[in-house]
Amino acid sequence: MNELLEFISNNLELIYILILAIFIGVELIKNVPSVLHTPLMSGANALSGVVIVGALLVMLKADPNDYLALGLGFVAVVLGIINVVGGFAVTDRMLQMFKKRK
Amino acid sequence: MSITLSIIYLISTITFVIGLKMLGHPETAKKGNFIAAVGMVLAIIGTIFLHDFTVSNINYILIGAALFVGSLIGWLIAMKVEMTKMPELVSLFNGFGGASAMLIGLVEYGNNSGDIAQTSTVIAAIIIGSITFSGSLVAFGKLNGSLKDIRLPKYNLINNVLFLGLVAFGAYIVMGGASSTLLIYALLFASLIYGLLFVFPIGGADMPVVISLLNSLTGIAAAITGVLYGNMVMLVGGILVGSAGLILTFVMCEGMNRSLSNVIFGAFGGDAVVAGATGKTGGTIKKTTASDSAVLLNYANKVVIVPGYGLAVAQAQHVIHELEQVLTEKGVDVSYAIHPVAGRMPGHMNVLLAESNVDYDKLIEMDDINPQFPNTDVVLVVGANDVVNPAAHNDPSSPIYGMPILDVENSKHIIVNKRTMNAGYAGIQNELFFNTKTSMLFGDAKSALTELVSELKNM
Repeated sequence: MNELLEFISNNLELIYILILAIFIGVELIKNVPSVLHTPLMSGANALSGVVIVGALLVMLKADPNDYLALGLGFVAVVLGIINVVGGFAVTDRMLQMFKKRK
Repeated sequence: MSITLSIIYLISTITFVIGLKMLGHPETAKKGNFIAAVGMVLAIIGTIFLHDFTVSNINYILIGAALFVGSLIGWLIAMKVEMTKMPELVSLFNGFGGASAMLIGLVEYGNNSGDIAQTSTVIAAIIIGSITFSGSLVAFGKLNGSLKDIRLPKYNLINNVLFLGLVAFGAYIVMGGASSTLLIYALLFASLIYGLLFVFPIGGADMPVVISLLNSLTGIAAAITGVLYGNMVMLVGGILVGSAGLILTFVMCEGMNRSLSNVIFGAFGGDAVVAGATGKTGGTIKKTTASDSAVLLNYANKVVIVPGYGLAVAQAQHVIHELEQVLTEKGVDVSYAIHPVAGRMPGHMNVLLAESNVDYDKLIEMDDINPQFPNTDVVLVVGANDVVNPAAHNDPSSPIYGMPILDVENSKHIIVNKRTMNAGYAGIQNELFFNTKTSMLFGDAKSALTELVSELKNM
């Protein structure tokens, strides 16, 4: 219990940010027309690729002789960047089609 | 962390919020996507060049190679995929994001100092990342048609017990401080299994909801790894996706008038087939031909087209646009009625029709088109089924009872194009087809519509 309280007091700023971010996310999406749900899901999916930053940190920190960390980090970076590049590119392709009206 | 990098992360975070906001409006969506992408590139470049670790060249070369290979693969897939395959693709990409979080957790477990807070974030990243990874792959396979629904006996019980087991297992590792690598692999493996069992029983029609939920989970996994590194852009970006994804999930459930727990635990389609089969679908159907349908359409004042996924499967979105143009030239008022869950994902139909240059203003949403049906002379239903099933209004025993539908039965004539009399995606029969105002135009959507267009041109 004490450890939990200690964790909270040490990370108070983090907790504030967390809660505010949750509300921002809800507010941003609440009134989106259903027309845009598919591109939105795809765009949000691309954003979740931000996990790539963590994968990069893993590779930056890894000892060059630690093949396991380097190998796993490598795969994590590849998968993360596929999520980012593919996600944004495909969202753009979808939205491109909405613009093409005469 | 250098102050420059912190500022870059701050800028990236702001672009994510603005980008997501702009993605929510048709006029600004494209720009919003671009802004968020720029923010992401900034965060990636900043992380690589402005960190304060000592990094050997080998690591840099490997990072460069990984980024190059991954970008190339992602780009190629994104450019090549057909628009009808969009839900599968989102699911696949999402699985990759989850796998990335899982791998980060795995490596960081080896690095951690035994601090409880740190260990719990690592464990959470592994569990959530693994579940999203395997779950997304199952969703991908199901949408692809390569995987069928599999339901173990008492699957709800098994799944819930397994989930509680996972949480307890994770807590045991955190509390006991047991630093056995074997235990971590066991936890990862069990989480992967849970992801499979979680998605397998859920019916194909509910996959979009599941994908949205899994997308939300990937965001949460990213946020958790953000906590691990004290990295704000990961934390805020992840949480934004997490909460936005969750809201989107609820909005979709609302579109189908189902609760989230009903989607996850309800196993739509299993018992439903039995219930629907006993519904009042007796009577005879009236077949029609392309030329008769053409006459009907030609002399109508107002025509509403109801497109469904069958249209997309037959790749008939271009022909339907041609049909709309021919009719408009003949002075017929044509519009499209778009059900919120038409296609395989909400808004999917809009993307498909936009691809074939259909005017955005002609796509009318359900609530706006429903009052217009009584003044509509002919409704042409192409490859849609459940979204026009009157059972949603008048058959309390139907599994789709209460789902908002397009009230096409209020119009003067209904032409339904279908390949066969097979039941729709939800696996239930449709009494609309037996309505005296309904004529059935059997055949593949593309060839049937092409025939219809040529008949109309000859008139």
